[in-house]
Parts: sequence; structure tokens; C-alpha cells
Amino acid sequence: MNPTPPSDCGSPGHLASWSRRRVLRGSALAGLAWLTPVARQLARAAEKSGARPKSLIVLWMEGGISQIESFDPHPGSAIAHGAKAIATAAKGIQFGEGLPRVAELARDFAVIRSVTSKEGDHSRATYNVKTGFRPFPNLVHPSIGSIVCHELDGPGEPSLDLPAHLSILPGGFPARGGYLGARYDAFQTEDPAGPIPDVRAIAKGERQQGRLDSLTVLERSFAAGRLADLDSERTLHRTSIERALRLMSSAQLAAFDVGEAPKAEREAYGDTPFGRGCLAALRLVEAGARCVEVTLPGWDTHIDNATGQAKQLATLDPALAALIRGLKERGLYDDTLLLVATEFGRTPKLNLTEGRDHWPHGFSVLLGGGGLRGGLAVGETDPSGEKRTPAREVRVEDIHATILRQLGINTSEELTTPIGRPIRISEGRVIQELV
Amino acid sequence: MPVLLRALVRLSALALVVAAAAGLLWRHFDGPKLAPLPPPKPDAALDAAVAKVDATFRDSWREAGLDPTPEADPLTLARRLSLALTGAAPSLEEIRRLEALPPGTDPASAWLEHLLSDRRSADYLAERFARAFVGVETGPFLVYRRRRLVHWLADQIEANRPYDALVRDLVAAEGLWTTRPETNFVTVSVEQGGGNNGPDETQLAARTSRAFLGIRLDCVQCHDDLFGDRWKQADFHQVAAFFAQAEMTLTGVRENRGKDYETRYLGQSATAVVPPAAPYASELLPEQGHRRERLARWITHPENAPFARATVNRAWAILFGKPLVDPIDDLPLEGPFPPGLEILAQEFAASGHDFRHLVRMIAKSEPFRRSSRSADPGKPVTPEQEAAWAAFPLTPLRPEQVAGSVIQASSLPTLDGGTHILHKLRRFGETREFVKRSGDPGEEEFAGEAGTIPQRLLLMNGKLVRERIEPNPVMNASTRLARCSPSDKAAVRAAFLATLTREPEEAELAHFTGTLANTRKEARDRALADLCWALVNTTEFSWNR
Repeated sequence: MNPTPPSDCGSPGHLASWSRRRVLRGSALAGLAWLTPVARQLARAAEKSGARPKSLIVLWMEGGISQIESFDPHPGSAIAHGAKAIATAAKGIQFGEGLPRVAELARDFAVIRSVTSKEGDHSRATYNVKTGFRPFPNLVHPSIGSIVCHELDGPGEPSLDLPAHLSILPGGFPARGGYLGARYDAFQTEDPAGPIPDVRAIAKGERQQGRLDSLTVLERSFAAGRLADLDSERTLHRTSIERALRLMSSAQLAAFDVGEAPKAEREAYGDTPFGRGCLAALRLVEAGARCVEVTLPGWDTHIDNATGQAKQLATLDPALAALIRGLKERGLYDDTLLLVATEFGRTPKLNLTEGRDHWPHGFSVLLGGGGLRGGLAVGETDPSGEKRTPAREVRVEDIHATILRQLGINTSEELTTPIGRPIRISEGRVIQELV
Repeated sequence: MPVLLRALVRLSALALVVAAAAGLLWRHFDGPKLAPLPPPKPDAALDAAVAKVDATFRDSWREAGLDPTPEADPLTLARRLSLALTGAAPSLEEIRRLEALPPGTDPASAWLEHLLSDRRSADYLAERFARAFVGVETGPFLVYRRRRLVHWLADQIEANRPYDALVRDLVAAEGLWTTRPETNFVTVSVEQGGGNNGPDETQLAARTSRAFLGIRLDCVQCHDDLFGDRWKQADFHQVAAFFAQAEMTLTGVRENRGKDYETRYLGQSATAVVPPAAPYASELLPEQGHRRERLARWITHPENAPFARATVNRAWAILFGKPLVDPIDDLPLEGPFPPGLEILAQEFAASGHDFRHLVRMIAKSEPFRRSSRSADPGKPVTPEQEAAWAAFPLTPLRPEQVAGSVIQASSLPTLDGGTHILHKLRRFGETREFVKRSGDPGEEEFAGEAGTIPQRLLLMNGKLVRERIEPNPVMNASTRLARCSPSDKAAVRAAFLATLTREPEEAELAHFTGTLANTRKEARDRALADLCWALVNTTEFSWNR
């Protein structure tokens, strides 16, 4: 037997984060014949409750948001190509004219305008920004949400049935656990307007009960003669079924149901899948989720950049502004880090089809909440669009180091990877201006 | 594209509804009426090689004082082989053909030959190889910038082209990635958007040493070996230098003999030109040919033992779900080696790197034929037995093996090369979606991860299971079994065979015939769906046993 339960995200180990009463009651409800000794131990462990967890929300601008139309305008310069800028609440900082609501809140976050990477391909660059490492043969690094889940000892909210790591509108490259294991992968859900996938039993009532009873018969014969502690030491099969059943019957599923929110609140986010995703992210963090990622696809404007970016910004602006306001109103903003990121920026110069291409040599990222300093802009890109090294260059991994440090994670800790090579959690340097 | 796919899938459903009249009367292969599988040809050389392999394992078990588990039954062996070579459990139709074999035939050998002659195996093995050769970076499982390479690999495997020749093509080929699909091995490393627009020699050196030699030379990319003193930083960069002359041109990948490879070694202040050199056994490196040709000849030289060992280890992992030496790409250069590895490697090299011969040797060996359970439930299998291959190890199936098995179990006839294209498209779409939701382990395919909650939710409540198992007389096995079985017992037995590739045990038979007793029409359809749901949600269904 293994007396100490493992702790991680969305895995059976997180039985530890349910209150004992709930585990026992839930199992009684489900009528499970197999509440294992391990589950009982975990249930006891769950009685220790922690403080309010720190959380991370990642808004992912899939395709590459243009820095010039958003957080790093160069109004009047040649590279603006007509893109206009507006003043923000932060002194001396301007944003693109498509972000009026976000501009009002500019004192609540920082923009980093000088992020650079060496990756110009969507899949490689997404990997780079989501993990803080460049793609590497035979090793998959974990996304930042997975690292946070792995490092912080389970969500402190004691009765979390929900997965701790979620990806809403997962897009092409949802957050992955990488070498930490599939159990750290983000739980993927689509537009919160629709039902959450896979949490409604196919058969209802007695039929479902009959199915679970049959499973008990089958598992009993499978276990005979096979490894002792088969489930706890190897497969975690029954434990994950138990956990899945708990999730299916959890009242916390309501956190996904943005339809429950007041109409005025819903409207503030905009009537878009991304807007609803941001509202769901807020509700999930409030319910105790550790990391929620929401993707807004469609930024890859190789043709007619101005129109494409404007359309996207019209979706981002209300959702992002409402999310920040919502986090603040609920008293969650100091405990929740907010990252608005993208795989790369877009070229300062227009191409022949009036589009902007991929540009990893100075792009913008927004970072706020979690006690970080706000109201400032870090770094400066070249207004002529020639230089490939911005002033006060910030590397992708520095963003990771800053987030991890702010969440109380020691970034110099080394994790042993499946390839036997110890790897630091982050190789970046904390962005001192923000802490 | 997805719209088109969806349209085609709908069309396929329609086409199958048209065939409903026949479908409703579909027999479910409840007796041995089908043609048996062709019996295997005797192969004395194979038997002699297997005897040598078996002897080393038996000796090692005796020395360790471990009792091997009993021999697994033919159906269990068939399930293992089908999962390894086709990515799905056997169909009920195939099982009936196995049962029809004349007495005295070795069913496992007949099964193996049946699978090796089936294009499904070539396609599936090609995908498994591709993971090691080019990874999944260019997209998730079965998606398409790798399609040409995977298809080319499948053609080579189907023709049983010697494995060394296949590897030489990958390493050394020149030309366009469209007309010479093997050049994708090199082009996958091309950096886009960065400063360098050619293939990345360091990525290629890492891939090559890991995938073909089972050596992690890339661990010494930045410094000499910290754990032993076998490998120096120069070893890695001298292998990388073999790839330095590969360039992207208008006519595809070409060698530019004027190009040099430079690096700055740890502790040096300036970069230096690095000449290509073999990291060991340099006497096997030919002088002739361009750099990649020379490297390819050296890797695949019959006396380059690490090449054969690495291939044995990969074939073993594909068949067992777990490599002989773990991790799969970190074999010691000079040993010690586990039992079996050296003999298999020597036999593989001596056969002219015949991959099928290698698969046959492993599949016929004592370890592969062990049961994953003990004969005595009072003395269950121990981790020590598993570690020494005296018991077949329990390993998690890959998500596409789980999806493939759900789909195959829901269709009593075999889904193979002869299956209608619309059926195949539906299966392709379903598998892709399932793998995406389940989480693709990528190249870490032998990590042996325990199941996760989203995976359980997917199998309990997901679309694939709902569509493939809930009552549907035209499409689904569960309903056909409910309507066409001569008795409750026959229905339960057929469901077990089609889903778990085994007969029900007595307690199971009693339980499930109880749930079917006195049911009729829709109630019976539902009871059979309930049975099939329970079967696909077992540990047994998601784990290789």
C-alpha cells in the first residue's frame, strides 16, 4: 500500500482535495461497491484544508496577435500603416484604438512590448510560449498551467470536484502535461454555451447503476492472479472512474454554466464563444480551479491585416475588460495571475496583400493580477521596424519565470524528465520591473 | 475539409442504411463456418533462433528464482498481436477463423502470418516508426504533413524491404519531399522563421542517434557526459556535421559539399569547424559518398551492433507495450544487456535486417507467450516477475488502440483494407477525435501512464462509445447480437469475444445472462448495450494483457 497519496491536478491523487464527507457521500450516492482503502485514506487527507489557492488564467491569442494594432502601437509611423492609438488609464501608455475598454483598466496590468523568441512557425512557437522551452527532440515540456498544477500542492479549496487545469476552446495546441504526464493535460471544453463534453452519463438511473454493478463483476475477475494493488500501483482505473463519477454528479459543474450568470454580466463579456469562455474562466477560478486557458483563434492575418485584427480586437476588448473587472469585484485579482499571450507578433511591414506575417522579434504580452505591478510598459520596439532586437529585450522564458516566482514556485528546482535529464522548471529571469 | 469529411460521414451512414436489409440479417459468426486462416509455413531457422532466445530467458529466471506464469491462451496472444500490429483488437470474424484452424496448427503463428500479410499492419507500424523518426511535431496522430512519409514507410514495410535499406534512404535521400517522401526525415527539421532556413543538423543528429542507435548523443550537445565519461561533446557535433551539407533547394534536399559545420565547444572562446566523424566503431565508416551517405552506411553496417539492438528494443516495445531496455532510446554501448537482447540483435543482423523475422522471433519467444496472471489467485503475479519478463507486463494501450478497439468491437466483420472507403473515413474521423480528446502521448508512447479522468469520462460517456454501442440495428454489434443470437449465452459469449477477445468466466456468464433473461425487443437491445458498455469500460479493455 502507498500511505501517502500523490498530489497533482485532475488525477485521482486529488481525491485529497475533496472533503471526506463529500467523498463518502458521493460514493454512497453512486452506490460504488469498490470504495478502496486508498480512497478512504485520501478522504482523510482531504480534511486538511489550505488557504485560498493562487490561480492562473491564460488568454491565448491563437495565430499571432499584431502588437501594433493592440498593445504596442506606433501611431503616425510608417509601420503603423494607418493604425491609430488611444490613450489609456496608465500615464504615457497608448494602446491600439480597438481596445478602448481594456485601455481604461491599463493601471491593473503591465504590457511587455519586447518579447522575443526564435520560433516563427505556429506549432513550434506555440510550444515555445506555452512551455517556456523550444521544441526538443524526444522530450515534451509541460505547459505553464501544468507546471503550476504540479508544483502547487493541489488546489487549496477543499471541495474541488472539477479538474484543476482546464482549456476552454482548446484550439490547435491545448496545454499539455508533457513529461509530467497526461494527468496534467488541461481538461478540454468547448463554448460554454453548450454542454460540457462527456460528463453526462449515456444511461440514466437504474440502467447506469446496473452498468456500474456489471463493471464490478468484470473488475473482480480481471484482478484475480494479477498484480496485488493493481489499481493503486498501476492502472488507477477504478480510482479515476470514481473521480469521474464525482465530477459527473458535482454541483460545481454549474461553474461552467455561464447561463446562470446575470444577464448584464454576460453581456459585458460580449456575445462570443471567447467572451463566454472568459466568464467561465472567472467562475471556475472562483470555484477553485488552478489554471484556466481560453483560446481566441483567428489572429493569423496574412491578408488584410487591419480588418482582421480589428474584428478580433472587437471580441477581445469587452471580454478581457469584463474579466479583469470581474476578478477585481470578486476579490480574486490579487490571487489570480492573468496572462494574455500569443505565439508571436506580426511584421512591422505589410506584405503585398496588406497582411502582416510572423514576427518573433519583439511582440507584446499582457501580464497582470497576482500582486504584480500594473500600469507600466516594459521594453520598446523599433518604430522603424528594422531592428530585430528591441530595447529591454524580454525572452519568452522570462515571462514564465516571473509567473512562477509570483506564484511562489522555485524556478531553479530541477525536475527529472523521462529522458533522464534534469531540467530546471524555468530557465528565465524574473522581470524585475513587475515584482 | 472537416465539412467535407462530415458530409462524407453522413453519406456513409446513408449508404449503410440502404444496405440495412442485408444488415439486419447479418449473421454474427456464431459458429466455425468461415474459412480458417492459412496455416503457417514451417521455418527451422526461426525455430532455432527462438530456442536460443528462450534458453537465455529460462536461465535468467532460474538464476533469479522466479517462476514464469503459464502460457497465455491463443486468444490472448491473438489480441496482443492485433493490438501491436494493427492498433485494434481482433474482430469476431477473425476470431471465428482462428477457431476454425485444424488441430495441430499453432494458432499464434497462423495469426501472426495473417496479420503480417495484411496492409493494416504496414499502415500501423509505419505510424509507430514515424513517431520515432520524425515525432509528432507537425501535427497530432494521423495528420498530414507527415502523410507522405508514413505512406512511404508503409509501402516499405508491406514489401518487407530490409530495415537497413529503409534507414539508409531516410538518412541519405536527396530530392523533393513530394516525390521522394523519405526526404521528410530531413525536412522535418527545417527551421522556419528563424535565421537559418536549412535543415537543423543538431535536431537530426539527436533523432538519428536516438531512433537508429538507441543512444542519447544529444545529452552531450552542450557539455561532456556528466554521468560517465563515454561520450564527449565532440561526439555529438561530429555526428551533426554529417548533416551540415544538406540544403533546401528548388529541387528539394541536396548536398552542398562546400558547406562546413561550426560550433563553439564549452570553455572555448571561438567557434571551430567540426569535421564529421563516427562516435564509435569508426573503422565501419566508408570513405566514399556524400556525408549523409557515409553516415547512413555506417549506421546500418551489419557490424554496427547498436543499430540492431536499438531496432530489437523498438520492435519489443511495439509488441509488449514496453521496451526490453527502458527508456527505449538509452541503451548502453558496451552492456550489460538484458537476456535476449544480444541474441535477437545478432539474429536480426544475420537475417539481413529482416524486420518480419525480428517480429516473428519476439512473438514466438517464451516471454511473449507468458500469461499476465498467475495460475494461483492466492499467489498473484509480482512486480519482479513482470520486470524479468516471466509474466507478460500490463501496459496501458495507446488512445488510438482504444478507439480502434471500440470501433472494431462494434463491427463484427473485420475492418480492413477491403472495408468500404466511407466506413474507413468514419473510422478515421472518430479515431482522430478520440485521440485528441484522450490526449496523445506523442513520442512518449511507452511511458506507461496510468489512466486519467478525461479518458474515463470519454469511455464512459463520450460520443464514440455512445454512437458505437447504444442500440442501432444497422450499425452496431450490440444490437445485432441482441437480435441474432440463438440464446442469451451465445449473445454474452459473442460480446465478450468481440470486445475483450476472450470467453466469459462462469461468474461473468451467470451475471450477464441474468441481465438478459426474459428481455425482448428494445429492452433486450438496451441490455446488450449495457453489457458492451461495461466491457469497454473495464481495465482489461484499456490495458494490454
